[in-house]
Amino acid sequence: MSMTRRLLCTTGLAAAVALVATPGLAQKKYGPGVTDKEIKIGNTNPYSGPASAYGTIGRTIAAYFKKVNSEGGVNGRMVNFVTLDDGYSPPKTVEQTRKLVERERVLFVFQGLGTATNSAIHKYMNRKKVPQLFVATGATKWGQPKAFPWTMGWQPSYQTEGSIYAKYILKNIKNPKIAILYQNDDYGKDYLIGLRVGLGAKAKGMIVKALSYEVSSPTVDAQVVQLKNSGANVFLNVTTPKFAVQAIKKAHDLGWKPVQFLNNVSVSVSRVMKPAGFEKSRGIISSAYAKDPTDPQWKNDKEYLGWLAFMKKWYSRGSVNSSFNAYGYAVAKTMERVLKQAGDNLTRENIMRQAAGLKDVRIPMLLPGVVLNTGPGDFRPIEQMQLQRFEGNTWKLFGPIIDASGSS
Amino acid sequence: MTNAPVTGAEARTIAGPGKPAMSPARLAGIALAVAVALGLPFVVSDFHSFQLTQAIIYAIALLGLNMLTGYNGQISLGHGAFYAIGAYTAAILIDKAGVPYYATLPVAGILCFVVGFLFGLPALRLEGLYLALATLALALVVPQLLRFRPLEGLTDGVQGISLDKPEAPFGLPLTPDQWLYFFALLVAAIMFWAGHNMLKGRIGRAMIAIRDHHISAETMGINTALVKSTTFGVSALYTGVAGALSAVVVAFVAPDSFELFLSISLLVGMVIGGLASVSGAIYGGLFVQFVPNVAEEISKAAPWAIYGVILILFMYFMPAGIAGFVRQVQGRLRTAPTRSSADG
Repeated sequence: MSMTRRLLCTTGLAAAVALVATPGLAQKKYGPGVTDKEIKIGNTNPYSGPASAYGTIGRTIAAYFKKVNSEGGVNGRMVNFVTLDDGYSPPKTVEQTRKLVERERVLFVFQGLGTATNSAIHKYMNRKKVPQLFVATGATKWGQPKAFPWTMGWQPSYQTEGSIYAKYILKNIKNPKIAILYQNDDYGKDYLIGLRVGLGAKAKGMIVKALSYEVSSPTVDAQVVQLKNSGANVFLNVTTPKFAVQAIKKAHDLGWKPVQFLNNVSVSVSRVMKPAGFEKSRGIISSAYAKDPTDPQWKNDKEYLGWLAFMKKWYSRGSVNSSFNAYGYAVAKTMERVLKQAGDNLTRENIMRQAAGLKDVRIPMLLPGVVLNTGPGDFRPIEQMQLQRFEGNTWKLFGPIIDASGSS
Repeated sequence: MTNAPVTGAEARTIAGPGKPAMSPARLAGIALAVAVALGLPFVVSDFHSFQLTQAIIYAIALLGLNMLTGYNGQISLGHGAFYAIGAYTAAILIDKAGVPYYATLPVAGILCFVVGFLFGLPALRLEGLYLALATLALALVVPQLLRFRPLEGLTDGVQGISLDKPEAPFGLPLTPDQWLYFFALLVAAIMFWAGHNMLKGRIGRAMIAIRDHHISAETMGINTALVKSTTFGVSALYTGVAGALSAVVVAFVAPDSFELFLSISLLVGMVIGGLASVSGAIYGGLFVQFVPNVAEEISKAAPWAIYGVILILFMYFMPAGIAGFVRQVQGRLRTAPTRSSADG
């Protein structure tokens, strides 16, 4: 009963949206992969290989569209989500993406995972004029509407986050002497660029030491000792979870008490803060744009409970402690929203236009107050973050939502 | 080396009676294969041409690996490293120096020959599994080296190098994918022809002699050290050229493209195709390219389990590789008509 009502509701809503989106109501315009009954979209994810832990994002998205289809699809069309394994290997991504575009004839490709993998198809997608939407990487290069009008990112870029910390430091810390620990790759360096840009002309004098580590190295203890000895009073910790735990512990054990910043990559309560020790993690500042499912403060949150119910029913094999699964849910909801907005005009051009036409869109599992905004010249959907401080066993959000649009 | 002319003469006596034995059936078979190879890109889609081009590229790399392992008995778990060096050489020359893509292949080949030869020298002291481990180290080191900061000016680090796909030259009415197919086919034809000649000749026999009995080979006057390290060099050259071709065809290189799994895939392709067989490299190339896709078609949940099962089935039913199996079938077909004609 409620099912049919919901169905009626959705169709009604869809019709309303369609009315708004396409003035000439009867005009249906279809690109490849679209019929009256189906929208075919493509995706590559690492279901095997070194980064297969991320594969759960693809599975969450697939589960989400299964749910959408069971409820009548989007504007009456079933979403056929074709997801292929690329093993995190760029040549394989090229092959699988070409398969999606040229053989499966999908309308567009969505949420390909990885910086190198997406780079490998960047030119191809733009030459073919096939949307490469909401790519799963925090690199900065996905928001270039002029040079690459068919590619769009989703999450805040690492540079954006770096500049947010810079602004906080300039405003709140007297005579800052900054020590940085970062991973020696694009991800680490993007943070550094963001920080430097945010600090502006004073960056040179303020950054007293910047040390890197290799993903393959066993520990970062030696680096932390050196950073402490630099006499810094600010510590920016740009590390992935395993190294974040080490660095937090080591800094505490050395008796070093700087103002500590930890990058968003490692804010998981269960994977980082708990193993590092709640006592040792106290006072660390970070920023976030999404809710961490392992953070107890969301225990009774409506959106969290909605996600939990979705996980239980549609992806019971997936972990409810994984922020990847919350991420996949939120990004799939964004995609659904764009498809709804496109109405019956399901051409590649219109999909891009709708993706670039998000105005203050609220997506569940993002932080309260964070909304998506895009425009013809703005291909960075999420640019808002909020600062948070670790207290007790949870992150406490503080300060306003910081909008970093245009900062990078 | 002093008795080289003797072995040369032997070669002629061995090869002599073989030559005219090329039956009309075999000639027709070869003509058919050439016709199919030339006609395919006009029949299949661009995407399939692209896949076939990749299979051709793997075949070149596998021929290189087969020279080393199949013919010379030196196991390499690290040929992905040479593939990577070749690919990066091409990408850097095209991207940073503006060298035309076709001119990068010889450079990549020569560079890999030098690296392979030099690696082959210390590897002379290593036999069997120990050599396998040393080459494994090579496969592990190269992706890291490509991310290494001081080299970033050249390699662009983790983000890799993006290239433009070349168009067909001389205004030929071909799509870029069709053109690259023919280009790769031409390179492969030259390299297979050269490889075949080398392996069937004096050097090839020296390589096999070393594999079969090192001490006898040395007693016969073969300079085993030189032959082994040269084999390493030539093997790396083939794989490096394949890597360079792959950079052009995929139009992108990054350290993630050349992880250990690539080296393992090459080893699998070589064994499945057929050890010590030139045609085996072609079968192996097709296997490396297409079987993982077939596995994914069968089961999305556990494609590599399916791959494993296919691998075991191949090894069980074709213990000498696909080339060995083909040879066996041909042998049976050849004896069958003789018997029937004797009857009649």
